[in-house]
Amino acid sequence: MSTTAYAPPGRLPGGVPAIRRRRVLVLLTLVAALAVAALLSLTLGTKPVPLGDTWHALTGPTGTENDLIIRSLRVPRTALGVLAGIALGVAGALMQGHTRNPLADPGLLGVTQGAAFFMVIGIVAFGVTDLYAYIWFGLAGALVASVGVFALGMAGGRGGPTPVTLALAGTAVSAFLYALTSAVVLLDQQAMDVFRFWQVGAIAGRGTAIVWQVLPFVAAGLLLALINAPGLNALSLGEDVARALGRHITLTRVVGVAAVTLLTGAAVAACGAIAFVGLIVPHLVRPLSGPDQRWLLPYAGLLGAALLLFADVIGRLVAPPGELEVGVVLALIGAPFFVALVRRRKPVRL
Amino acid sequence: MSTPAASGRVRAGTRAVRLASASWRLHPRAVAVTITGLVLLALLMALNMRIGDIQLSLADVLAAITGEGPTHFVVMELRLPRALTGALVGAALGLSGAITQAIARNPLASPDVLGVTTGASVTVVAVLVANGAMYGGASGALAGLGVPATALLGGLAGALIVYAFAWRRGLDGYRLVLVGIGVTAVFTNVKYWLLTVGDVEDAGKAMTWISGSLNGRGWEHVTPVALALAVLVPATLFGTRSLGALRFGDDTVTGLGVRMNLARALMLLAAVLLAAVATAAAGPIAFVALAAPQIALRLAGTSHPPLLVSAVAGAVLANAADLVARTLFAPVELPVGVVTAVLGAPYLVYLLIRVRREARS
Repeated sequence: MSTTAYAPPGRLPGGVPAIRRRRVLVLLTLVAALAVAALLSLTLGTKPVPLGDTWHALTGPTGTENDLIIRSLRVPRTALGVLAGIALGVAGALMQGHTRNPLADPGLLGVTQGAAFFMVIGIVAFGVTDLYAYIWFGLAGALVASVGVFALGMAGGRGGPTPVTLALAGTAVSAFLYALTSAVVLLDQQAMDVFRFWQVGAIAGRGTAIVWQVLPFVAAGLLLALINAPGLNALSLGEDVARALGRHITLTRVVGVAAVTLLTGAAVAACGAIAFVGLIVPHLVRPLSGPDQRWLLPYAGLLGAALLLFADVIGRLVAPPGELEVGVVLALIGAPFFVALVRRRKPVRL
Repeated sequence: MSTPAASGRVRAGTRAVRLASASWRLHPRAVAVTITGLVLLALLMALNMRIGDIQLSLADVLAAITGEGPTHFVVMELRLPRALTGALVGAALGLSGAITQAIARNPLASPDVLGVTTGASVTVVAVLVANGAMYGGASGALAGLGVPATALLGGLAGALIVYAFAWRRGLDGYRLVLVGIGVTAVFTNVKYWLLTVGDVEDAGKAMTWISGSLNGRGWEHVTPVALALAVLVPATLFGTRSLGALRFGDDTVTGLGVRMNLARALMLLAAVLLAAVATAAAGPIAFVALAAPQIALRLAGTSHPPLLVSAVAGAVLANAADLVARTLFAPVELPVGVVTAVLGAPYLVYLLIRVRREARS
């Protein structure tokens, strides 16, 4: 990985122990940021709840109005935000690592639309109404789309498509899948009514049940991602070097696709099209973590969750008495970042 | 895209056509392809005009166009404008795509990433939804009147935003495409949000429009596109020389004596106008702008997308897709944009594999 921002570890003052100390420090800071974001998400909203009441609701609820708001609305919303944020952040980092493409993101590359299309098929053709069944359709769609994207994005290592071509391919695939989705939805008004509220990308009003349904998928995806990290580190040196280091290339790729599928599929099925988290977060944490995926992935997950919660809180506050869905807020925050990224004189190389 | 070396080769049989001080190279194969395409287009349009509440034979259609038969009104006022809108919109999209791909130097670029189609979609959805909320059931006609104009304005505004953000001491094709993708993503998310604001009827209307449809298009849709093509086709043909040069790197272009940024901006403006006018008439019809130039390129055997052939290919594609959309699930008619999207997919996969193979070799 040719990242110029870092000096070789040996030359840093203090050597390896200092780096480890700094990395742990950053990890703790990110955990603290996530905690602050979660606290804001619990207390702020259309009806602000004082800190004392929040604590009361969490520790010993007595059925007051604020207790109800916190326990039945804000806690599931925050929990879902944390899960989706972690999932999307880690999925973005994994995709960027595997495709070696700084513009890789589950939303931009069509994985989200793949999940959407399969879910709409589920609603229309199989009469699916159960949220648990949505997830399976979402996962299937995410799997098909991520396998496709990986196949296109990784073929031949550096000889693969350029970031621009992959990004264009992603938009074209997204447009195609969206056309199919709208064809189905246009023939079925009821499905459209479900679909339009799902696709906007929100963590509000999804309920506690969906949090528990998504949790195992995200947990499994995170586990696979962490297992994948050392292999991905080796792969970043090139496939030949990785093979010489004793890594099983295909296995590493398969684990990577599985992790991305589980994480994206679960997040998208639960929350709809939330773009840009997976794109932005890895770029923000890479200067802190260095190229080591074992640190990059946890950082990306934590920051992804914090970012998603902050965006959700902003969405609750900007348009009173209504709310702006987190998907829209993230697009509005994320796009300037994306534009700044591509306007840089020297593009990031992975 | 081909390598610069390939385009330096002058084909046998190529002739130069001169008009005052301007001159073009004329490829006999491209001319043959254009003529074949036009014949095919006429046939497809005639086939399209047979379909409707009253099914006509091909002979009936021809008789109705020339004579005063009982079906004269139906064919001339209802079916011909629809087929013509399809042809003209397709031509405009094909031409726009050819220019975009030449400027971006990437066969996967299309006016969609210039912000035109999504800009138009967002504004039209906003108008349809807002009208619905304000005027209740009477929104149909009110919204219908304003849609083409809104789409045109929205498309141009979208393109302007993309252009402004992509400009940085000059315009780089890659940066333009990437900025376009980012801005498009924002428009898309805002569009999703707008779709949740209105009631389900308005959302349905908006969804039909943003799929791209030729249903119920009349002469009022034909005229603006025809006018735009009448002005912009000659204009872009005059720009062909600089467009050819723009395929090379920026330094080479400047060395060749082309005022690079000006030429690029003008050609881009033409592409944006064509796409915006087409979108205003029929909604965003997917993949025509992407596929038509590449089909034209392969049929004509040129090194870069030929403008006129791309336009003809676009017109043929749009009419063929409309024919499929109307006959596949007859009597239910699908929006034409859905069919072009589905047809575009296998082609897209082929294109991606090709791009990959070229990058490898």
